[in-house]
Amino acid sequence: MQHMRTSGPGDGVAALDVGAVSHSYGQKRALNDVSFSIAPATFTVLLGLNGAGKTTLFSLISHLYDTRHGSIRIFGHDIRRASGEALRRVGIVFQARTLDLDLSVYQNLSYHASLHGIGGHEARQRIAALLETVDMQGRQHDKARSLSGGQMRRIEIARALLHRPSLLLLDEATVGLDIESRAGILATIRKLVQAEGIGVLWATHLIDEVEDADHVVILRRGDLVASGKVSDVIRANGGNSIRETFSKLSRVDTAGMAETSP
Amino acid sequence: MSAPAVPGKVAGIMPVRSEPFGLRHYLICLKGVVLRECLRFLHQRERFISSLVRPLVWLFIFAAGFRQVLGVSIIPPYKTYVLYEVYITPGLCGMILLFSGMQSSLSMVYDREMGNMRILLVSPFPRWFLLVSKMLAGVAVSIVQVYAFLIVAWLWGVKAPPLGYLYVLPALFLSGMMLCALGMLLSSLIKQLENFAGIMNFVIFPGYFASPALYPLWRIQEASPLLYKICLCNPFTYAVELIRFAFYGQIEWLSLGVVAGCTLLFLGGAIIAYDPSRGLVIRKQDMGGNA
Repeated sequence: MQHMRTSGPGDGVAALDVGAVSHSYGQKRALNDVSFSIAPATFTVLLGLNGAGKTTLFSLISHLYDTRHGSIRIFGHDIRRASGEALRRVGIVFQARTLDLDLSVYQNLSYHASLHGIGGHEARQRIAALLETVDMQGRQHDKARSLSGGQMRRIEIARALLHRPSLLLLDEATVGLDIESRAGILATIRKLVQAEGIGVLWATHLIDEVEDADHVVILRRGDLVASGKVSDVIRANGGNSIRETFSKLSRVDTAGMAETSP
Repeated sequence: MSAPAVPGKVAGIMPVRSEPFGLRHYLICLKGVVLRECLRFLHQRERFISSLVRPLVWLFIFAAGFRQVLGVSIIPPYKTYVLYEVYITPGLCGMILLFSGMQSSLSMVYDREMGNMRILLVSPFPRWFLLVSKMLAGVAVSIVQVYAFLIVAWLWGVKAPPLGYLYVLPALFLSGMMLCALGMLLSSLIKQLENFAGIMNFVIFPGYFASPALYPLWRIQEASPLLYKICLCNPFTYAVELIRFAFYGQIEWLSLGVVAGCTLLFLGGAIIAYDPSRGLVIRKQDMGGNA
């Protein structure tokens, strides 16, 4: 089994702990015995080419799919046995757009707030504050349909933060966006990690979204092939940059897993 | 390589539990789901108009044309001969509930395909509560449509006893719950939006025509004993009768029992179907589909 903590010292409950998780679609195996954990207040990039198993992993973490093999814990709460407790701590931005296009920005956010038991004045306050955080103030009455792709993503990020989660999951959040929007969204999320202490799992196949200070988890066709701090992963697998290392790990059959200590 | 961490218990620290949701939180959630459904309904004016036009066409055209052909004898709850328009009004209320329930089903399939459904399913509230909320939202929208139809029918001269409009509300609610629950269960079986036409052909039309919505069951029995038995096995039959008797301040106990039982059955099925660990969605995840 491959198990690796991608985060800093283990002085508390892991923000996310994935233990020996496997998942199959019929005969086709999508995830194979994947284990890693991330600490609170860290930015972890889940790297993998298309078909690596990133979205399957997200579906399992968010309890859309049942974890039949292995375990997933969010701040210690098992996603199967205590899904409510676990889901209260996690904010999710899905790869596919999930805004209701017929409703306004405010109505979309207010709906999400109610799904977390937040209503009335408190919901209004949080929505106003978060629209400012994602630089969308003054747009609450706009129909979701009228927003650009980047603006929709910002609203989805605001929505994921409404219930003040401690862990934020973003699945290919910048796919289809222009360079400026991508950079803006990435900067917003990185700021949240530093300022609010939110743990982030950022799934992407875009290697230029990884920074040296990040942690990475690299999936290849459902297998975890490396995890740890970027510098440690580079050192353990050879190469001069994470791009080179990722390219190598993604295409070459690794004899054994490349693991590094944080 | 670091030592493997014990899942969820790094350094022996136990997870912290949040304050559990109270009744207020549940009500906020329910209100949010109902409000969203109402807003969506208001934004889709065509849906409202078509839901109103469909039964009115039956009332204005079909009933007028068939009034002389399809005679209705004195059968409970009627104490005298009634106009054919009066006879089919409860059936048309049922028709609105039936189409609206299936519309909820369609909307759930659409939400699933568009991804909106995920937002509901990743809420920390129990899955059964979210589905019941969604169902109540669908029923609220259905009942608004039924009363809009009844107002137009009243203006057309098709009138029930004044208090009947109040008595019928619980019957509409329960029948609406049954049909929305059925819609929800069916939505878990439909893989793609395109398959919804099958629901029209195999559920809505047979369900509607094999019921006493348009003609009394004794007439069907005269024509075909087999069809009569099929009608008796049709839950929609009992929904229509429950509504019909309620208009006259009466409770048809068999209908009440069947409708309540079917509501629980369909709702239970939908809850199981949408439970990721037990339900039919497992089949979808096995195939790589969206939950």
